[in-house]
Amino acid sequence: MADLDAFFEIAQSLGRHKLRTALTALGVFLGIFIFVLMSGLGPALQGAVQKRMAGFATNAVFMWGQRTSMPHAGMQPNRPVRFKNDDIAPLSRLEGVEHLAPRNQLGGFRAGAVVKRHGKTGSYQVAGDYPAFQYIQVPLMRAGRYINDRGLVERRKVAVIGEEVARGLFAPGEEPIGGAIEVNGIHFEVVGVFGTRAQGQQGDQQVRAVHVPFSTFQQAFHFGDHVSWFAMTARPGVDGADLERRARALLAERHKLAPDDELAIGSWNAAKQFAKQGTLFLAIQVILVLAGFLSLLAGAIGVLTILLITVRERTKEIGVRKALGATPRSVVAIVLAEAIMLTAAAGYVGLVAGVATIELANWLFVRFQVPLGDMHVSLEFAAIATVILIVVGAVAGLIPALRAAAIQPIEALRDE
Amino acid sequence: MWRQDGRLYGGSGPGSALGLARSVLRLNAINKYYQVGSHRLHVLRDVDAEIEDGELVSIMGASGSGKSTLLNILGILDRYDGGEYWLGDTLVRDLSETQAARYRNRFIGFVFQSFNLLPFKTALENVALPLYYQGVSRRARNRTAMQYLERVGLAEWAEHRPNELSGGQKQRVAIARALIGKPKIILADEPTGALDSATSLQIMDLLGEIHASGMTVIVVTHEAEIAARTQRVIRLRDGKIEAAA
Ligand SMILES: Nc1ncnc2c1ncn2[C@@H]1O[C@H](COP(=O)(O)OP(=O)(O)O)[C@@H](O)[C@H]1O
Ligand SMILES: [Mg+2]
Repeated sequence: MADLDAFFEIAQSLGRHKLRTALTALGVFLGIFIFVLMSGLGPALQGAVQKRMAGFATNAVFMWGQRTSMPHAGMQPNRPVRFKNDDIAPLSRLEGVEHLAPRNQLGGFRAGAVVKRHGKTGSYQVAGDYPAFQYIQVPLMRAGRYINDRGLVERRKVAVIGEEVARGLFAPGEEPIGGAIEVNGIHFEVVGVFGTRAQGQQGDQQVRAVHVPFSTFQQAFHFGDHVSWFAMTARPGVDGADLERRARALLAERHKLAPDDELAIGSWNAAKQFAKQGTLFLAIQVILVLAGFLSLLAGAIGVLTILLITVRERTKEIGVRKALGATPRSVVAIVLAEAIMLTAAAGYVGLVAGVATIELANWLFVRFQVPLGDMHVSLEFAAIATVILIVVGAVAGLIPALRAAAIQPIEALRDE
Repeated sequence: MWRQDGRLYGGSGPGSALGLARSVLRLNAINKYYQVGSHRLHVLRDVDAEIEDGELVSIMGASGSGKSTLLNILGILDRYDGGEYWLGDTLVRDLSETQAARYRNRFIGFVFQSFNLLPFKTALENVALPLYYQGVSRRARNRTAMQYLERVGLAEWAEHRPNELSGGQKQRVAIARALIGKPKIILADEPTGALDSATSLQIMDLLGEIHASGMTVIVVTHEAEIAARTQRVIRLRDGKIEAAA
């Protein structure tokens, strides 16, 4: 009953200055609205990159030979470093290696090769792969299967093609599985078609590729026992950077490289890359949340200012109330409650509007295939935002409330 | 300690000695200063007074003689710098703001020259306000407030806001508000100061009725006609009691 009374008192007080109340409410509304949007945008941006990297082992390490940069063991610098099939077994036995996938590729890194079929041609990446490559860059099999051990052992002329390759070389409705494609005059039978979870440029490139068994590739394209690069994943719990270091050491020893010749072997560590990106996105998120907080703060300062004005205007009223028996506590309570109610009501509307906007944006992203991640606002976030709202309201109301409580009735009631 | 003192006073005061009604309040050598810049203004000088239960007393004096200051001290709206103020058998001194608020709410009803009604509240809500601070429910509050409005003859005006009322009507609402908490004392500071003489007389009649119903009423005024309608006049001059009749 008494609570309902307080509510009525506050509603009456807020209702007396409709424009002022509306403007303050607008400030809080915008504060929370922007706060929610900013908080939702961070995960969306992060999601965009994660989607780009989706289907890619986060613990992958890549390694390729370059040229020596220092003399070692009586050999001159600038000697090319070529990995060989002999390196495969020792590397696969290296502590902490989960999957090892040696790889060869026609043309250079990211270069294409001409792939033909029945007069249709296209330029695609052509790679010789181990079955284990599917653990490094995870294919989404649309049809058929990936390269298997039998293909590798028997050097079968089979190919697994990306869905863009299938679209380019096969007529619509034509079954790619069992079809033949030709690379450098060699025919391969298509045994699988794969897509990818990766989005953007990364994803586009992945599905414009032809994977054939590693052994078949070496024989067909005269690569001898050459390995262009090694891809490997670290066992769970093994540090990717540590594995990278040890694999480099092993290869350096096998190829008689100076242990400190950093340039002889090139390597790339996904974990490090992900970590870097993680830091970047954390920074962006922090900035976004900070911006959100600042807008919230602006709203709170608005509440504070308006309440200070209101308290000043209500000096006489508060004096009268005190003369009639209002305790300092009841005066504090009523100003605080007013601040909290105003903040909570306006903020709640801002929260709902923010979430609705995010949902709408998500819908639009999906509808128009914008490669952004889900903007999402979790239940916990809503709960936290609610608590923030109440705290902001209370903090904004505290100074005016204490000022109101300090009003002396005789000062307020003095007849001029 | 002070309770014993209180009883001592209760037992040996002039009121009890004469076998009259117990005093509702007693002032003992009250002194009050105001600091004005570097100057210390002595506003009340050794004021002694005793007011008995059910009395209708006026405090008279020229403007600036300290009447309002005295009344504010009686109403626990202001502090005093020396002496003792006994309200019943409670020594009013160094009360916390919360305690002071409670005493005001329970024991004192105020009537001001400028009415001091809350402009955005109806007459009924204004009258009901002291009960809000007693924790009375809205329904009960409004019911009681209506009875008090009837008592001052303004039942039909219950839903009107102060700006729709005449000066006399506003003061009646203020009196109803002063009465609703069933206080021991009504303190009125120039209650007719803003009213024409006919209305002033009506308000004095109303205060007379309230006194007749057994309540203690203290009226501050500088008008002799108003003072003449009270049982006893306390005269102040430059902060000193001049004579008690
Ligand atoms: N807050 C104050 N600060 C300084 N001087 C004051 C204050 N209140 C009253 N006074 C002074 O105290 C004296 C008594 O004032 P007051 O009690 O209001 O007189 P009255 O009500 O009899 O006209 C006056 O000289 C007045 O100027
Ligand atoms: Mg005065």
